[in-house]
Amino acid sequence: MFDLVEVVEGRCQLRQALIKDKRFGDCLSILPAAQTRDKDAVTPEQFSSVVAQAAEQCDFVLVDCPAGIEGGFRNAIAGVGEAIVVTTPEVSAIRDADRVIGKLVERALPIRLIINRLRPEMVRTQDMLSVDDVCEILSAELLGVIPDDEEIIDMTNRGEPIALNPSMRLATIYDKIARRLEGELVPFTSFDSPGFFGRLFGALKAG
Amino acid sequence: MHEPVAQPTTEVLAAPTAPRGRAIVVTSGKGGVGKTTTTANIGHALARRGATVALVDADIGLRNLDLVLGLEQRVRYHVLDVLEEKISLDDALVRDKHSPTLCLLAAAQAREKDDVDETKMKALIDQLRERFDYVIIDSPAGIEQGFKNAVIGASEAIVVCTPEVSAVRDVDRVIGLLGNAFRPQLIVNRLRPALVKKGKMLSVEDVNAILRLPLLGVIGDEPEIIITTNRGMPIALQDEGATAAAYRAIAARIAGEDVAAPTVEVKDSFMDRLGSFFGGRR
Amino acid sequence: MLEFFKNLFAPSTSSSTAKERLRLVLMTDHISLAPEMIEQLKRDLVEVISRYVEVDLQKIDVSFEQQDHALAMLANIPIISVGRPTAEPPKPLETPSAAAPTAAMKSGGDVTPLPKRKRRRRASTAQASV
Repeated sequence: MFDLVEVVEGRCQLRQALIKDKRFGDCLSILPAAQTRDKDAVTPEQFSSVVAQAAEQCDFVLVDCPAGIEGGFRNAIAGVGEAIVVTTPEVSAIRDADRVIGKLVERALPIRLIINRLRPEMVRTQDMLSVDDVCEILSAELLGVIPDDEEIIDMTNRGEPIALNPSMRLATIYDKIARRLEGELVPFTSFDSPGFFGRLFGALKAG
Repeated sequence: MHEPVAQPTTEVLAAPTAPRGRAIVVTSGKGGVGKTTTTANIGHALARRGATVALVDADIGLRNLDLVLGLEQRVRYHVLDVLEEKISLDDALVRDKHSPTLCLLAAAQAREKDDVDETKMKALIDQLRERFDYVIIDSPAGIEQGFKNAVIGASEAIVVCTPEVSAVRDVDRVIGLLGNAFRPQLIVNRLRPALVKKGKMLSVEDVNAILRLPLLGVIGDEPEIIITTNRGMPIALQDEGATAAAYRAIAARIAGEDVAAPTVEVKDSFMDRLGSFFGGRR
Repeated sequence: MLEFFKNLFAPSTSSSTAKERLRLVLMTDHISLAPEMIEQLKRDLVEVISRYVEVDLQKIDVSFEQQDHALAMLANIPIISVGRPTAEPPKPLETPSAAAPTAAMKSGGDVTPLPKRKRRRRASTAQASV
């Protein structure tokens, strides 16, 4: 098994290092990061060229950026054409997201926002910032909202992607995000409307 | 891999004999696990015990400790101003509104982590240790320069981990980097006991079977933490409630008291009862 | 119902407090991240004030401070001399680029609220260039 650094150092071809996820046929491949090396082992230029190579073979190249705004961040954004900023509706996450958005905007990268770990019940009781609040504070376009759901923890423990299992409650949400990335106009699931809470409490009673 | 660490003893936890304060770094490798919230609450809990505490935000460029403490309006100067001798340490320290023995040294927001001189950082932490019983350093996520800056002056470490596989992996890496010199102790954060009960979340035992560290405390995933952070009033300031009590127990253990092993009450919180918002499946 | 009364008597909700705090802190962050803008602002301020009085260029200090619910700009501009009052005050600035600082001075004296959201403008210019 090869990793990103080995591709950069020319010790293997990109296609040798890409691990195909058989559950998705030939559609999804993963290029693992090196676990034993520094983030300085790769320069932004090298990173950028690997991303460009991958983009020749794939429709989408998703780069999972490390936390922070250090070397790992600079590498991750070097070769990309757009950015998805993931934040939670919490003050410190939003302040960090604002700083990151500033850095992305400096590079003229278009950005869209995913709000993660939203707790609709807390939004309703005004104990948590709403989706609109977060979008307004960050002046950013919304790509998706992911509620804080035990399914995610459970599935991550098992190493099973939610998107693979259409019966999962959150599968629809990830599907909608994917469709928006493909350019489709998909309406957002409302987490604020009474309709939603009606259903929510209906579900509670039923459960 | 790191060596397994022995069970906590009061000798290990107690302050060194020298009349100097203890410098403790709060770290995790993973982002978003609650390092800053933990730092703020431990700081308040220690100050409540009468100790003098300096909290240092080492997350240059992504500062947040000021916001979590509710001190963002009072910050005028930051740690780099002090390191670069533009301002005296006294002028840069912000005294807390609620705990008079608690002070904050804020991070610089418009600077880079590479701007920090590690030698000077260590000297600064030493200087703080002369004046405070506890110097608690809030480390940034990751294991790059920011992490190095945060640990350089510390002699002990608290690692914060959530019961998630990716967090455990990152924490394991950080423990390896720290080595035994820092005598790292573990706080398991954001535990949802009801989910553990259902077998959907790693338990504290599961997490520590991998990390094998002395357990300093367990904090539940309570909405109250978000609510209090929104207001800039750390939950440890409250007189009542399980979470505030948990932080106080952590502070007591840090101070070397032999308090009962931390547990988190298994109660179905509203969020857990809800399970989820879509299917209503349980 | 309980929620209703809680919100009615509470000074402000947790989420509205969070929003307000973030709004202020991000303004401060944006200012600290744009030192060139502050320098330009200083130059423009001096240019305008110098048309009326002679100021000490070496001792000008412009800073920003959070004051309860607003961010305030504090400008300390020592005046060296003031000319004898004349019948005709200096003409107002005419160039479009100089119009903005004049308006700001009139509206707020030495404590001038800042434009609410800098990012929005930055973002929109950047998006336009994409």
